[in-house]
Amino acid sequence: MQRQIQITCRNIWKVFGPNPEEFMERHNGKPSPEAFKAEGYIGAVQDVSFDVYTGEILIIMGLSGSGKSTIIRCITRLNDPTSGEMDYEGKDLLKATPQELIELRRHKMGMVFQNFGLLPHRDVLSNVAFPLEVQGIDLATRNARAQEMVDLVGLGGRESYFPRELSGGQQQRVGIARSLAVEPDIWFLDEPFSALDPLIRAEMQDEFIRLQQMLKKTIVFITHDFEEATKLADRIGIMKDGRMVQLDTAEELVLNPADDYVAEFARNAPRERIVSVGAIMEDLNGTAGSAEHALDAKAKIGEVAERVLNSSVPLPVAGEDGAIIGMLSRERITKALFGKQDQ
Amino acid sequence: MSAGVSEPDRNGLVGRFLARGSLPLQMLAVAAVALALSSVMDWAWDWPKEWVIPIKLWISDFFRWLDKEATLGLFTVKQLTRTLSWVLKQPLIWTEQLLWKGAKPYEFLPVMWIAISLAVGIVASRLRGQNFAMIVVAVLLGVVVIDSLPFILLSLTKALKIAPWMEAQAFTGISQIPADMLDAVMTSKKLKHIPWIAVVLGFGVFGHWVGGWRLAGAVVLSMSYLAVTGLWRESMKTFSLVAVAVPFSALLGLSLGVWVTRSKRAAKIITPIFDLMQATPHLAYLVPVVVMFGAGQVPALIATVIFAMPPMARCTILAIQTVPSDIVESGRMSGCTERQLLWKVILPSSQKTLLLGLNQVIMQTLAMVVIASLVGAQGLGHKLLFSLQQLKLGFATMQGMAIVLMAVVLDRLTQAYANRASVHEHHEAAGFVQRHIHIIVFFAILAVSIIASFYLRDVSILPRKHLLVDNRDALELDKVIKAVTFFLIDYIRPPRDFITVYMLIPMRDLYHSMPWSLIVGVIAVVGYRLGGWTLAALTTGLMLFVILAAGNWEFASTTFYFVSSALVFCVAIGVPIGILSARSERVAKAVMFMCDLLQTFPSFIYLLPAIMLFRVGELAIIFAIIPYASVPAIRYTYLGLKRIPAVTIEAATANGCTSFQRLWKVELPVALPEVMLGVNQTIMMALAMTAITALIGGQDLGQEIYRALPTSDAGRGVMAGLGIASLGIIADRLIGAWAAKRKEALGIS
Ligand SMILES: Nc1ncnc2c1ncn2[C@@H]1O[C@H](COP(=O)(O)OP(=O)(O)OP(=O)(O)O)[C@@H](O)[C@H]1O
Ligand SMILES: [Mg+2]
Repeated sequence: MQRQIQITCRNIWKVFGPNPEEFMERHNGKPSPEAFKAEGYIGAVQDVSFDVYTGEILIIMGLSGSGKSTIIRCITRLNDPTSGEMDYEGKDLLKATPQELIELRRHKMGMVFQNFGLLPHRDVLSNVAFPLEVQGIDLATRNARAQEMVDLVGLGGRESYFPRELSGGQQQRVGIARSLAVEPDIWFLDEPFSALDPLIRAEMQDEFIRLQQMLKKTIVFITHDFEEATKLADRIGIMKDGRMVQLDTAEELVLNPADDYVAEFARNAPRERIVSVGAIMEDLNGTAGSAEHALDAKAKIGEVAERVLNSSVPLPVAGEDGAIIGMLSRERITKALFGKQDQ
Repeated sequence: MSAGVSEPDRNGLVGRFLARGSLPLQMLAVAAVALALSSVMDWAWDWPKEWVIPIKLWISDFFRWLDKEATLGLFTVKQLTRTLSWVLKQPLIWTEQLLWKGAKPYEFLPVMWIAISLAVGIVASRLRGQNFAMIVVAVLLGVVVIDSLPFILLSLTKALKIAPWMEAQAFTGISQIPADMLDAVMTSKKLKHIPWIAVVLGFGVFGHWVGGWRLAGAVVLSMSYLAVTGLWRESMKTFSLVAVAVPFSALLGLSLGVWVTRSKRAAKIITPIFDLMQATPHLAYLVPVVVMFGAGQVPALIATVIFAMPPMARCTILAIQTVPSDIVESGRMSGCTERQLLWKVILPSSQKTLLLGLNQVIMQTLAMVVIASLVGAQGLGHKLLFSLQQLKLGFATMQGMAIVLMAVVLDRLTQAYANRASVHEHHEAAGFVQRHIHIIVFFAILAVSIIASFYLRDVSILPRKHLLVDNRDALELDKVIKAVTFFLIDYIRPPRDFITVYMLIPMRDLYHSMPWSLIVGVIAVVGYRLGGWTLAALTTGLMLFVILAAGNWEFASTTFYFVSSALVFCVAIGVPIGILSARSERVAKAVMFMCDLLQTFPSFIYLLPAIMLFRVGELAIIFAIIPYASVPAIRYTYLGLKRIPAVTIEAATANGCTSFQRLWKVELPVALPEVMLGVNQTIMMALAMTAITALIGGQDLGQEIYRALPTSDAGRGVMAGLGIASLGIIADRLIGAWAAKRKEALGIS
C-alpha cells in the first residue's frame, strides 16, 4: 500500500552561531563535527531527511540537546532551517510567505508545548478560544467550539479558571484543547508530558490515546521516554547530536538497532509488548506442525510467552491466511525477551 | 627566592600598587606627567580661552533660528510648536475644568461629549461587542467634531495667531444640545468642578479595589490632608498636569519601546539617546522647551512628557524581551499576525512589568511637574518654590508635606494595582452589581456629592474659615521651626564649621587647583585599562568636547566637588546601614521601607530640611543631596551582601573567621562590585540633585542651567545640562566596566 506523504524533509540543517549561512557555505554545506567545535557553532540539526505519512504517529526521541525540538521548530517554521528542503503536502514550506505561514498555522498545524505556553492573563475558555479569536471568528461561535474542546479534554466546569490556578496536568489539557480547537491536520507535541509527575503522565498518555482514536490525526511527537514512545508510536526516529540515526518501527529498533546508541535506548524497552512472533520465528525446515495450536504471527511475544515456554517443542506459527509459515522455540523467545546479552 | 630581589612581592598592598601594569601606579605616573607638563606649559593647566569653541552660541542661534525662521515646507516650525501646544492644551483644559476650575456649560461641551461617547461605547459593546462599539463611538464623535468644526478651527487659528476665515457657529447645533439642556435646568451661570469629597472618596474607592480597606483608609486620610489645609486647589492643579502628562508619556514610551524591539537600527539610535536622557537632570529639559514653547503650563507639560518617557520605554523593552519564549511561540502557532502577537500575547502577558513602568512614569511626572514650577507650572510646586524663596518655612513644610503625601498615594495605588493586575483568579459567577461594586459606589458618591454641593459649599471646596489647618497655623509652625533651628544652631555650628573648614574648603581648593590635563589624563588611563580604546575615547571625548571646549570647566569642577563631598557622606552612611540590614531581617524591613519612601519623594522636597538647618550655601547643598542619594548605596550594599552564596560564608566560618573578619575579608570583597554599582547610582542621583540645589546657590553646572532659564539662553542651559549628563556617563561607564571585570574575576555574574 502506497502511503500518502504529508511532510517531506530533505537534508535539513539548522546551525546556531554568529553567521550560520556563511559557515555552511565555507564548509560546502557539510561541516564536520570538528569544524563545529573549532568555530563555536552549534549544529542543532544536521542533514536530517525523513517523511511523515498522513495519519501516522511519528515519535522523535533522543537525549537532551540532540535536536528534537529544533527539527519540529523547523517544520513549523518557528525557526528557519539554515539549509535543506521541506514540503508540506507537496508545497515548498520554506518559500511560504508570512501570510501563507499564518494561514498554515491557523488551519493545518497545531502544537502543544512542553511548558504549556498558556496566556497567563486569560482564563481556560479564552485560552482555548484564542486561535479562533485571532482568525476573527465571532465570540459566540468560538466560545461554543472552545467549550467543546474543554469538555473533550475533561476540563468542563473549569472554564473560568486562570492558568495559575490549575495543576500541571490540567494546564497541559488546556494546551491540548487549544491546539485542537482549529482542527489541525497535523499535530506537533514537544514533550507534552515531561513536565508532569508520573501518575498524571500515565493518565495523560491514556487520554492522548483516547483522543487520537477519536481524531486520527497525523502526529509528530517528541519524548524522552522509550516506553511512552512504544505505547504510542507507529514509527520512532532516534536522534543523536543533530542527526537522525534511525527511523523505524519500534520492533525494528529493538531487533536491529543501527548502533549502540539506539540499542541503549531500546535496552529497557518492554520487548514483550513490542516484538511480534513473526519477527523472530525460525524457518520451518521441514517439520510441519498442526495448525490447531499455531501462534498468530502478528501476536506480540508477551502474549504467547507462557505457551511457548511451557512447551517442550517449538510451536508452529500461522500467517494471516492461517497457513503455517514458521515456528518458535523456547530458546528463541527467551533470547528475544531478554535481549542479546549472550551474543 | 630564586627570582631575586627585583621581583616585587605581588601579594602585599604596596607590592601590588607598585607592580608593573598596576592601575594605581599608572594613574600616578600620568598625574605626575600632567603636573610636570602643566607647571611648564600654561595651557595644560588652565584651558586657554582661545580653545573654547562657541558651542553655546551656536546652540542658542540654532534654537533662535528654529523659533523664528525655520520652516518645514508648508508651515514654519513655530506654527508646528504652536499647534502642538494647542493639541496638548485641550486635554489639560478639560482636566482642569473637572478638577478645580469649573466652567460654563458651553465650555464643558468637550468633556460632556467624551463622557457621553464613553457611556454609549460601553453600552454598545455590552450589546454587540467591541467592533460595533468602536464604530458607534467613531460615528458619534465624527458627527460632533464635524458639527463643531468651526469652533475647533477658530480656537486653533487663535492659537496660531492667524486671522480666522470663518464665523464660529455650529453647522446644525447638534453638538450644543447637552449644553443647552444643562443651561435650561441650571440656576447659576457656571458649573462647579468635581467636589473635593468626591475626589478624595474616589481615590479611596480605587484604593479599596486594588488594596483593601487599609490602603483605602490611608489614601483617604492623605488626600483629606490636601483639603483641610487649604491646598486643595493647588493640589488639583498639580494633579491635572500629572493626569494629562502620564498618558502621553506612557503611550510615547510604549511605542518607542516597541519600536526598539522591532528594529535593530532603532535600537542603535534610541538606546544611547535614552542613556543620555536619563543622565540629564530635570532642569535641563526646561531650557530648550522654554525657548521653543515659552513659559507656562503647556511647556511644563511638554518637558514633563519628554522627561518621564524613558522609564516606560525601558520597561516596555524589558517586558517584551522577558516574555517566556513558550508563550510567544504558542502565540505564533495559534496563527497570530505580528500585530496580534504584540497586542494579544506579548504585552498582556507582561502586564506587570508594564505597570511598574507606568508607576515610574507617574512618579517621574510628579517630580517634574513640581520642578516645572520654575517655568510657570502652577500648583503645589509653585507654592513651595515661592515659600522657599521667601523663607516661609512653615508654609513650605505644609506644602512639602502635601507633595509628599500625593507622591506616596500615587505610588502606593499604582503599585497595588500592578500587583493586583497580575493576580488572575476566577470568581464564582456574581451579579452585575457585585462585579461592578466599586464603580457603582464611585458614581453614587459622585452624584450625591455633586447634588449636595449645590446646597453646601463645603462639599465642593472647603472655605478658608472651615479649614482644620490654616495660614495662622502655618505661621505658628514657621515660628516653631525657626525656634528649633535657633536652638539647634549651637549644636550644628561646631560640626558644620569643622566639616566646612577641614573637609569642604580643602577639597574645593584641591579640585579647583587641579590642572585639566591631569584629570583628563587619569580618566583616559582608567578608561583604557578598564574598557580599551573605545571607553577611553568616550570618556575623554565627553570631558574635552562637552565640558572643556564649552568653557564649563570651572562649573563642572564645582559640581564634581559637591557630588564627591556628598558621596563621602552617602557611602559613610549608606554602606554601614546596608551591612546592618543584611545582618538582621528586622532592620532590613524597616530600612527598605524607608528607602522606598525616600525614593517616592520628588527630589525638590529634599531642599526643605537642608534650608531649615543650613539656610543656603554649600553645606546646605550637600546636605540636600545626602538623603536623596544615599538610598542606592544602602540598597546595593544590602543586596550585594545578601547575594553572596551561602557556601562562601560557611567556608569562611569553618575556617575560623570571627564575625568581623568574615565581613571584612570575605563578604565585603565579594560584594564590592555590587556596592560599587550602588555608588554609581548614588553618583547619578547626586548629579541630578545638584541641578535642583541650584535654587540654594552654588557656582556649578546646575546653577548655569538655572540662570539660563529666565533669559531663555538655550546654549548655556543645554551645554550645562549635557555637562552634568557627561559627568554621569563617565562615572557610570568607568564604574560599570570595573564592576563587570571584578565580577568576572570573582566568578559571579
Ligand atoms: N536559539 C538557540 N540558540 C543557540 N543554540 C540553540 C538554540 N536553540 C537550540 N540550541 C541548541 O541546539 C541544540 C539542540 O537543541 P534542542 O532544543 O533541539 O534539543 P532537544 O533535543 O529538544 O533537547 P531537550 O530534550 O533538552 O528539549 C542544543 O545544543 C541547544 O543548545
Ligand atoms: Mg526540546
